[in-house]
Amino acid sequence: SVVFIFSLIDCCALIFLSVYFIITLSDLECDYINARSCCSKLNKWVVPEVIGHAIVTVLMLISLHWFIFLLNLPVATWNIYRYIMVPSGNMGVFDPTEIHNRGQLKSHMKEAMIKLGFHLLCFFMYLYSMILALIND
Amino acid sequence: MQIQGPVQNQLMQPSDGQVYSPSIPGSYSQQPPAKIPSHPSSGQYNYSGSQNVSQLNSYQGPGQTLNRPPVAPFSGSPVQQTGPVPQVLLPALQNSAVSSAPSFPPGASPPVHSNWQYSQSPMSQPVGSQTSHLTHVTRTGSAQPPLSLSGDTNPPGSYQYAASPGGPPIQNSYMKPGSVPPPVTQPLTPLHPPSRPPLGPPPVGGPPLIRPSALTAGQPNAQSLLNSAANQEGDATSAASDGSAVQNSYDAIEGGGLMATPHPSPAPPNLKVNRSVGCGYPTLPPGYQNTSPPGAPGMQASALQYPDGSKHFHQPALGTNHLTTAMGNLSLQQEGLRPVNLLQERNILPTTLLKAPVPNLHEDIQKLNCNPELFRCTLTNIPQTQALLNKAKLPLGLLLHPFKDLSQLPVVTSSTIVRCRSCRTYINPFVSFLDQRRWKCNLCYRVNDVPEEFMYNPVTRVYGEPYKRPEVQNATIEFMAPSEYMLRPPQPPVYLFVFDVSHNAIETGYLNTVCQTLLDNLDLLPGNTRTKIGFITFDSTIHFYSLQEGLSQPQMLIVSDIEDVFIPMPENLLVNLNENKELIQDLLKSLPQLFTKSLETQSALGPALQAAFKLMSPTGGRISVFQTQLPSVGMGALKSREEPNQRATAKDIHLTPSTDFYKKLALDCSGQQVAVDLFLLSGQYSDLASLGCISRYSAGSVYYYQSYHQKHNPVQVEKLQKELKRYLTRKIGFEAVMRIRCTKGLSIHTFHGNFFVRSTDLLSLPNVNPDAGYAVQMSVEESLTDMQVVSFQSALLYTSSKGERRIRVHTMCLPVVTTLSDVYLGADVQAITGLLANMAVDRSVSATLSDARDALVNAVIDSLSAYRSSVLSIQQPGLMAPYSLRLFPLYVLALLKQKAFQTGTNARLDDRIFTMCQVKNQPLVYLMLMTHPSLYRVDNLTDEGALNVNDRTIPQPPILQLSVEKLSRDGAYLMDAGSVMFLWIGKNCGQSFISQVLGVPNYGSIPQNMTHLPELETAESIRTIAFISWLREQRPFFPILYIIKDDSPLKPSFLQNMIEDRTESALSYYEFLLHIQQQVNK
Repeated sequence: SVVFIFSLIDCCALIFLSVYFIITLSDLECDYINARSCCSKLNKWVVPEVIGHAIVTVLMLISLHWFIFLLNLPVATWNIYRYIMVPSGNMGVFDPTEIHNRGQLKSHMKEAMIKLGFHLLCFFMYLYSMILALIND
Repeated sequence: MQIQGPVQNQLMQPSDGQVYSPSIPGSYSQQPPAKIPSHPSSGQYNYSGSQNVSQLNSYQGPGQTLNRPPVAPFSGSPVQQTGPVPQVLLPALQNSAVSSAPSFPPGASPPVHSNWQYSQSPMSQPVGSQTSHLTHVTRTGSAQPPLSLSGDTNPPGSYQYAASPGGPPIQNSYMKPGSVPPPVTQPLTPLHPPSRPPLGPPPVGGPPLIRPSALTAGQPNAQSLLNSAANQEGDATSAASDGSAVQNSYDAIEGGGLMATPHPSPAPPNLKVNRSVGCGYPTLPPGYQNTSPPGAPGMQASALQYPDGSKHFHQPALGTNHLTTAMGNLSLQQEGLRPVNLLQERNILPTTLLKAPVPNLHEDIQKLNCNPELFRCTLTNIPQTQALLNKAKLPLGLLLHPFKDLSQLPVVTSSTIVRCRSCRTYINPFVSFLDQRRWKCNLCYRVNDVPEEFMYNPVTRVYGEPYKRPEVQNATIEFMAPSEYMLRPPQPPVYLFVFDVSHNAIETGYLNTVCQTLLDNLDLLPGNTRTKIGFITFDSTIHFYSLQEGLSQPQMLIVSDIEDVFIPMPENLLVNLNENKELIQDLLKSLPQLFTKSLETQSALGPALQAAFKLMSPTGGRISVFQTQLPSVGMGALKSREEPNQRATAKDIHLTPSTDFYKKLALDCSGQQVAVDLFLLSGQYSDLASLGCISRYSAGSVYYYQSYHQKHNPVQVEKLQKELKRYLTRKIGFEAVMRIRCTKGLSIHTFHGNFFVRSTDLLSLPNVNPDAGYAVQMSVEESLTDMQVVSFQSALLYTSSKGERRIRVHTMCLPVVTTLSDVYLGADVQAITGLLANMAVDRSVSATLSDARDALVNAVIDSLSAYRSSVLSIQQPGLMAPYSLRLFPLYVLALLKQKAFQTGTNARLDDRIFTMCQVKNQPLVYLMLMTHPSLYRVDNLTDEGALNVNDRTIPQPPILQLSVEKLSRDGAYLMDAGSVMFLWIGKNCGQSFISQVLGVPNYGSIPQNMTHLPELETAESIRTIAFISWLREQRPFFPILYIIKDDSPLKPSFLQNMIEDRTESALSYYEFLLHIQQQVNK
């Protein structure tokens, strides 16, 4: 159950992070902030997000919760892939010079939404598992 | 045609002046109402902004003012218009009224009034029906006092057209660049005549009316408004006369039925007009009319022209436009719809330069539309829905050249700039006036109030005609921005030069050239008394130069800490150019010698740029960096990535930057309004992909001189000299931003060019220069149902070198269509090619070069197969293409063979990337020349079909296909590739050409590196030189002419441009067509 309590907290953090991403991106969409500051804000949180998610995933693997692990794996892999594949000339996952091009802003937005949904799902799953684990104890 | 026009005018005018006033009134009455309904009102009134100016001139004599009218009826040549618009009458009226109103229709009828001396002249005029546009000449543009039509005595001074926008900041004036100050009015006026509509229906009694109104209203606001009014007066009045007068007349005559136009609003204005008429200034109107026509939009073909009618009319026109256009352009459309079998028609290349397609709009609107050189859309018929756009498989986008040098540009000074309250669109010719007090935005459809001040027309000095204001009569206009448009006081022009002085740089000897050119052009730098200038040099350390007043010679300060760069002294590094000119000249003279002994080979470009940025950041301005090698120390050091062996493979070539240092620095610069222009003069690989970022995101430009060397490469030296001269002296705008708006439903999703997209549609341009082009891609977000037209507006806010804040606004209007065949009909193949090239550059950077090449080929295949399957009803064998896209495969093939996208080993990486930079940053015209050069045969030039410009005869040889097949050994051929020209001399070229044009005895004695034609006294030489210099005059830079023969080292570059031929790694045009056909028919 300790595992789930930790996961739950971690998941909360990720949810907040997703919401923060969405808010910042929509600010950019509405011209409340400029691309430069938006991207530097967001890039700061890309690594914490990757780490946060990787920890949960690894934790699930260690505690042998296969189903939850497999559920998390694709998302974690995508996060890492995205981080690694940033071209050398770009300023991080969010690049201010390109975010307005080719609908990147929209795809970032979509991605943040999907992650938010995913984390919410996980949150309830962890909550359920945690309660279950506590009762069993 | 133009010429004729003026002549006539002159004749007429003198006479006019005297007689008119009295006679006119009479005449009007007399004139038979025989109006011919059919008259196209708009037809020929091209009142371009520029025209206005001229008109003014014509008015010159306030005393004479009355006279004018007689002169020429509006040029409004009704001829072409089938248009239902009632306005037509007006023109007729004008004409007839003035000169020979009665005579018109028949053309033979004797002038009614004896008074009119002119009467005869008018008759002659009808001939040149539409020429009016051409007459640029008129543009003397000097500010003539607007006529005193109104009877006001205007101080002449107050209304001025400034000659050049950059020029003296005359607030009042409408400045027309390039206009000649002298108010040579009379000649100008003549112009109209040509336009005269032969048709000219007899004038209705009404016409004179118009005038009066102007008079009466005029004075109230006069001063407050821009003085610009002057030029426009002519226009406005003329317009007014057309619109209002016409209506009235029609109404009167026909009961108003004529106009299909729904707008009720127009009526009020008319009424007014009438009253005024009553006042008895009848004569005036004609005068205006006359004046207006002359204003021929010399430069801008149609863009500037005024619609004759008031807005109201237009709108109705819009509604009807399809009809009219359909009728009018029937033949044209059929031509456009004709499918072309590319495999069978070998000679599809037009023999003259391809013109942009004309949008299928009602003439009244089209006349007002933006010049295609400034603003161009890939599809001149906008598809109604995204689905339709997807079906057409053509990219939708705009190509802009917003800061192009214009020879005439109306400038408005006004305390309030009228904009839509919700979308902030500037008022433009395509808005609709619901009534006098309200206008409806053409982008968001919000209804806005017309501010009180806008009710007064400074041009005509008439109150209550907001739709005749210059803002509503010009698609391209410049506003003087009031203080709300400034975040800080306008910055002074600041120029900082950063020179690489490492051993390698000194070896090339570029400093001599640059310093000398700079010395020569020091006084020509755009600026004012506040201009500041500074210098930095660097090798592995950074050297600053203190130019403190009082120093006997410049003082050099060396900063060797390149890890943490600092500015050694706060002042005197950037100094006022005028106050310290001698010291600066000293420095420039001594600089090339200063480092001749230097053995330092390292280059600390990154730190030098950081230092430059720090120096500039308080003010903003322009940094010009000269670099000759790969930066090797400090921040931003780069490693060589080019592997010569891999050039052949399209994979793994390094098109992406290797570091984000330059990008970050560029964004910092952009934030502080600093632009960095990069001059790369390097023999070895210098990683332009990384270095170029510094210019790309700070809105600078990149210049590349491969293997520059003072002695070994004289051609590059000359090129640098010429380009640097242009660079130093061209216009410049500081701390600029540009916004591109489009009608609700369309959205811009991708931007191409050198700038930073700061927020969704705001481009940050620390500097803007007249040689930069931009492109955007759009999508149809919501379907454009119920819309007949859509509009696009680009607004460029900048600080001129004189310290004025200005806004240059371009507006374009295009029709919306619902069928695929219409979409194809309106395709602009050059714009599509230009946009595709931009997209391909992005693609090769984000994916790979071969992806980009495939995408280009697929663009052709997809569009042609969509055309085949959806539009063509009968499946014919062969490769069918819509007429508008007949050159599409050729242009795409040309792109594939261009340095940026070619495969094979001959393109060096930096060269390739430089070409990509050019694709992104060049205006379409030059991009097209670079992609598909024009080939002319020049050894047999004749005067047949020659142009006459300023007394010079310029031969116009036909453009040949780019195939060796077209070359003959007996000829000499000129290839114009935009920034370079090649003159290829065939081995058996006629002796006369060689001796009389090249000035050498025989083929063998043509020197190897010949780049100039001698000026000989022979007819051949004069013709050839006239032709080449004419080509050169049309572009802002100076293309170098290489004279090559069979054994020249440059021959491969010449032959490489033979796009239709096969090369070792690329298909010939015919093979390419076969390939496409195969894919299309699959």
